Amino acid sequence: MIELNDVSKVYSNGVKGLDDVNLKINKGEFVSIVGLSGAGKSTLLRSINRLIDISSGDIKIDEKSITSASEKQLRLIRRDIGMIFQSFNLVKRSSVLRNVLSGRVAYNNTLRTLLNLFPQKDVDLALKALERVNILDKAYTRSSELSGGQQQRVSIARTLAQEAKIILADEPTASLDPVTTKQVMDDLKKINTEDDVTVIINLHFVDLAKEYSTRIVGLQAGKVVFDGTPEEATPEVFEEIYGRSLKEDELLGEENL
Amino acid sequence: MMDTKLNGPLPAKPSRWPFYFFLIGLFAIVLISAIYIGANPLTFIQNSDNMVDLFVRMFPPAWSYIATTTPAMLETIRMALLGTTIGMIFSIPIMFLCARNIFGLRWLVELSRIGLNILRTIPDLLLAAIFAAILGFSPLAGIVALSIFSIGIIAKLSFEAIENIDNGPLESMTAVGANKLQWIAFGVVPQILPHFVSYVLYTFEINIRAAAILGLVGAGGIGVFYDRALGFFAYDQVLALILYTLVVVIIIDLISLKIREKLL
Amino acid sequence: MSQRDQLKKARARKRGKIALILIGLIAIYVWAISGIEFRGIQETAGPVTKNILKGFISPDWSYVYSPDGEDLIRGLLETLAIAIAGIFLSIILAVPVGLWAAKNLSKSFITSQSGKGVLSFFRTLPDIILALLFIKVVGPGAFAGMLALGIGAMGMLGKLYAEEVEAMDPGPVESIAAVGGNKLQQLAFGVIPQVLPGFISATLYRFEINMRSAATLGLIGAGGVGTALIFAIQGRSWDRVGIILIGIVVVVLIVDLLSSALRKKIT
Repeated sequence: MIELNDVSKVYSNGVKGLDDVNLKINKGEFVSIVGLSGAGKSTLLRSINRLIDISSGDIKIDEKSITSASEKQLRLIRRDIGMIFQSFNLVKRSSVLRNVLSGRVAYNNTLRTLLNLFPQKDVDLALKALERVNILDKAYTRSSELSGGQQQRVSIARTLAQEAKIILADEPTASLDPVTTKQVMDDLKKINTEDDVTVIINLHFVDLAKEYSTRIVGLQAGKVVFDGTPEEATPEVFEEIYGRSLKEDELLGEENL
Repeated sequence: MMDTKLNGPLPAKPSRWPFYFFLIGLFAIVLISAIYIGANPLTFIQNSDNMVDLFVRMFPPAWSYIATTTPAMLETIRMALLGTTIGMIFSIPIMFLCARNIFGLRWLVELSRIGLNILRTIPDLLLAAIFAAILGFSPLAGIVALSIFSIGIIAKLSFEAIENIDNGPLESMTAVGANKLQWIAFGVVPQILPHFVSYVLYTFEINIRAAAILGLVGAGGIGVFYDRALGFFAYDQVLALILYTLVVVIIIDLISLKIREKLL
Repeated sequence: MSQRDQLKKARARKRGKIALILIGLIAIYVWAISGIEFRGIQETAGPVTKNILKGFISPDWSYVYSPDGEDLIRGLLETLAIAIAGIFLSIILAVPVGLWAAKNLSKSFITSQSGKGVLSFFRTLPDIILALLFIKVVGPGAFAGMLALGIGAMGMLGKLYAEEVEAMDPGPVESIAAVGGNKLQQLAFGVIPQVLPGFISATLYRFEINMRSAATLGLIGAGGVGTALIFAIQGRSWDRVGIILIGIVVVVLIVDLLSSALRKKIT
């Protein structure tokens, strides 16, 4: 369970990223976060694994505060949280397998990982993860030779190899075409239902949010302005979140789904 | 824990051995090199008291030596200035010869480039040692050495800049019926002039550093005093010289950098 | 004011600026030329030049290899060895200092800035001066030369490494941090694979410079082919000077060609 209590974030330039956010996310939920760019979606996601330090409030992951965790505790908490980025963030020159294995670094002692001596169990796990996202045949390929959709599946495989209990996905489909977008979303949904992994995802396309999630959170200027089921999220609600009616580019379009 | 049994076949794992062999080969070369020149860390450790002694005797620096050596420092700057200037003048025809998009003659271009590459292999200090033997121990030897050394840098950088210029102005010069010299003067020169001046200044920065040591082989400038101070084991004077050179180099770098920023 | 007047004024201002720059330049050159002590060219300049040219045309081929003792091949090999061992030492020194000086790896500005300060200090120290100092420590010879090159190249290599790290994509590093990797693991999985090609290219570039530097070290007694050259010059055996210079040119050219081919392949 993830708990955000009175969380605020003020950036050094005075911009309010998050404004008194209170959220409770249960295990196994598929939560979409929607809102205009700059509404604080990325800040919210990055606060949960403390890639960004919050200014006030507290965030608890399974009853443990990540806000007050020591360096070592923080690494252990992060070990259980997978993250997927818009720009994939793979090391393009490294092989696909090494990128997936990098999800295991926090399970092994530093020297072992530096020498690239991962236990066979970890390698097996990484290969299985690649098979689950259908790119096992690319295991020894350089990541730079993969298409955008394949690269994003590598980062999903990394969270699988990581045996993450929570996946944070920051606009994972923003650099992908509609067809690959659907494949990536299906992969995430599958992991969510089969492995009971909590998924929190920032989405640009509201119809994707409605189709895949079990819960939608709307952000506006760092404040939670909507929190409910996809059924409750009517067009009027989205107009409220966005402060205007939806634009064409905020919908992926029915024919693509 | 996830079940890790694979359903499909595993792709073939590429062999790491070529990479390991490469690494081993590289280390072997380094090791052989180190042994060949008698590099022994023990010698270094055993002589570390020499090092400490050297450092101790460097302090405090002999500040008064700065006044004594100022005429030589000025001579160093003069040498660098004149060497760069003469090198710049000779670079002008050479860079046009080396650029592929100026003269259509392939053999001429290739020949000029080979010549320039050979010139660039000879280090400044070797040139100075040879010219000191020809012209006698004087700043003149240093100036000639720096001139030749400068050609290598200025002509190389400039001909690459010429090859990267925009073709449009060249075509319009051809279109209005310009001859080769007019074509260069109106189509090429305006485009590369800021780069050229910037490269000359950059070369001047390098030449100041070079000029400071040419004296070691008798080619004038402050280097003569390095030789003298080290010969007398006057390390406090050596440190004063090092700091003096450092300050001059940094000041000239700063001035040159400011001008270069304005140009580009 | 009419447009024409304005144009005239702008032109006058521009001319004034150019005139000022010209006067400044002339003043500098008058200062430079008048200050050079021209002691005249020694009378032997003509014949010596002729002899050197003759030495180039008919170099002392017998010096290339002699089964016993000093010859050109051994001198060149020693130069190569100094350059190789030197670059190895500078890599070991420059990697940590370069990472230290990269501003995107350290939290505080002061940390990276102090690293940059160390690097620029070493960058302004000429290799030759370092060699003279190391001769005092370990005695004359190739070892002193290697130490001088190792320390001397560290400044430039460290700066190039730091620039390479500063230009990298922060994303992969962030993703290693996100899975719980510590600083060393972030370095090994996020930073190093990204910057490795740039590091190798910078190292090869510096190696080309090392070859030239190593060829001169012998002039002041720090080993390599320069020793033979300075003896040949002092002994006025110009045919030997000729063959040594040819040898240096050939070896440096080969190293340049190999290195630039490798650099092209990497990037």
